[in-house]
Amino acid sequence: MDNFLTRTAQNRFMSVGFARVNRTVRLGFKSLWLHRLRSLLTVLGIVFGVCSVIAMLAVGEGVRHEALEQIRRLGSNNIIIRSIKPEEERSSAVERSYVLEYGLTYADIRRIRDTIPGVTLVVPGRIIRDFLWNGRWRIDAEVVGTVPWYHEMRLQALSEGRYLNDFDMEDSKNVCVLSREAADRLFPLTPAVGSNLRIGGDYYHVVGVLAREAPVVAPGGGNSSGQNAAQTLARAFIPLTTAKARFGEVLVRRRSGSFEAERVQLHEVTAQVHRQEEVEEIAKIIVDILDKNRKKKDYEIIVPLELLRQSERTKRIFNIVLGSIAAISLIVGGIGIMNIMLASVTERTREIGIRRALGAKRRDIIFQFLVETVILSGSGGLIGVVLGVAIPFFITLFADMTTIVTLWAPMIAFSISGLVGVVFGIYPALRAADMDPVEALRHE
Amino acid sequence: MASRPIAILDHVGKTYQMGPVRVDALVEINLVFEAGEYVSVMGPSGCGKSTLLNLLGCLDRPSTGRYVLGGVDVSQMNDDELSEIRGARLGFIFQSYNLIQQLTVLENIEVPLFYQGTPPEMSREIAAEYARRVGLGDRLKHKPFELSGGQQQRVGIARALVNDPLVLLADEPTGNLDSHSGAEILELFEALHEQGKTIILVTHDDDIAKRSSRVIRLRDGQMESDMRHG
Repeated sequence: MDNFLTRTAQNRFMSVGFARVNRTVRLGFKSLWLHRLRSLLTVLGIVFGVCSVIAMLAVGEGVRHEALEQIRRLGSNNIIIRSIKPEEERSSAVERSYVLEYGLTYADIRRIRDTIPGVTLVVPGRIIRDFLWNGRWRIDAEVVGTVPWYHEMRLQALSEGRYLNDFDMEDSKNVCVLSREAADRLFPLTPAVGSNLRIGGDYYHVVGVLAREAPVVAPGGGNSSGQNAAQTLARAFIPLTTAKARFGEVLVRRRSGSFEAERVQLHEVTAQVHRQEEVEEIAKIIVDILDKNRKKKDYEIIVPLELLRQSERTKRIFNIVLGSIAAISLIVGGIGIMNIMLASVTERTREIGIRRALGAKRRDIIFQFLVETVILSGSGGLIGVVLGVAIPFFITLFADMTTIVTLWAPMIAFSISGLVGVVFGIYPALRAADMDPVEALRHE
Repeated sequence: MASRPIAILDHVGKTYQMGPVRVDALVEINLVFEAGEYVSVMGPSGCGKSTLLNLLGCLDRPSTGRYVLGGVDVSQMNDDELSEIRGARLGFIFQSYNLIQQLTVLENIEVPLFYQGTPPEMSREIAAEYARRVGLGDRLKHKPFELSGGQQQRVGIARALVNDPLVLLADEPTGNLDSHSGAEILELFEALHEQGKTIILVTHDDDIAKRSSRVIRLRDGQMESDMRHG
């Protein structure tokens, strides 16, 4: 009698023991292995759910990373103002004056600098589309007339040589800094720095080459026809004073047989704001100042900080959509598992009866089937994680897209798949445990 | 033989409700089983043999009366407590062996020990020892479907013995076997009986019943006769 009671107490203690869990898990694997194909098909839902979520997150994260990188390159303290051709004059240019005049002027810059206290640097720039010549070899490029501190503000890294400096500015020297693309295409065999190239009728000495940067997508959207293409063009930076002296202010373009002349003083102006909190406010003030002095809107304003916020918002929406897809696929996968487990419970009624007769309690049966379901969904999750990490790798390899697999994505996906096993395993396990031992033993 | 009561059925009745009909499966059964007895329960089908065995095996609770097993009243125990009793004090031998197909011989014998929480090494040792005793020491790694019927039933007997039960309950243990294997199994039962095991065996075969020390006959859920020989 006493002996029996102490054994009972001991059993209670042992029932939570590691040995029992270990053996139940091994038993679960064995039972599932008995129906390999069925188990594999059952977990496919979970596999695809987990794998697609991780892969999509990786692609999304990669896209976001690139967008943020672009915006960061524009500078989060910067406000960029660009000249654009006013809408109405684009169509009716021929009827009006021969030379189109529009865009930002030196007077605008002065006004901004003089009236707004928070703005420290104003970087003007002129952009001229022209050919760069190396002997008889030429490439289409953007010639950017700018000031020495442009690169610093745009966070452009130098790979060789030096930036433009104040002496180049003062003396209107014929020197230039090339973008990596321009240097590679124009001087494929010889080092670019120290070479000379020709723009229009003048020769320029190459003093520096910038580091390669990812192709920039126009952040403002497709505002003008040439904008998107221009962004990926090779660029040559020359001192602003040189640009003014060599190219003048009137630009002549040949367009489908006719001439078109425009006068633009400045194509691009970058204002740097001292304190980041003031960026958006100052952007508004700049718009006010500019609007006061012109009839038509012939500029656009880009606030990288605003773009940054916008991209964060987009990311959040993307995450919600992704989360819903993940939830749906995991629920579908879970239902698939539950379905098979219910069938399995019915099929193994006899086994349940035997185990109950040999001393298994209800909770032993619940545990056994729950472990089996969690093994199913967990291994599905594991396969999904492996595929989900592998797919972005291949996307990067073959499609040349940036993908980033964050550490938490596989971890969360895997633990959720385990949780799915518990949630969808409870009902079949309870069904198994609720069977009457006598009935279960009689079951054929 | 010393008369020590091991299982006492006191005015036990069992009633099933089958839809609107009440079926009295067992009525007013009074029985005392003593340690070391080898009892056969006989009767035509539907007489309540199986119901009696289920009650004795703590798979079911009596509707009325008391059932005292090894000095403990088990008639009002809950599900978990009954499981505990089955695992610790009873051994089942079934007509269709009821081995778990995905487990090996050794693992099948270990099942009752597993639910008792016996440490793995110890349980493996005990199970292997019982497999040897029933003559299957060289078949430990085999699966049930690789064995003959007689061998499977011996695995079943080893499994029933492994927890050193108070009572062995056998339901037509030779019903699925040819006469040769059946005889072997009955010899095993007699050997166990000589070792002092208490065996309660349900059968409808007079030849088998004759070899036991006591024969109980049931009819329509009631005791018809209770005879001891030898």
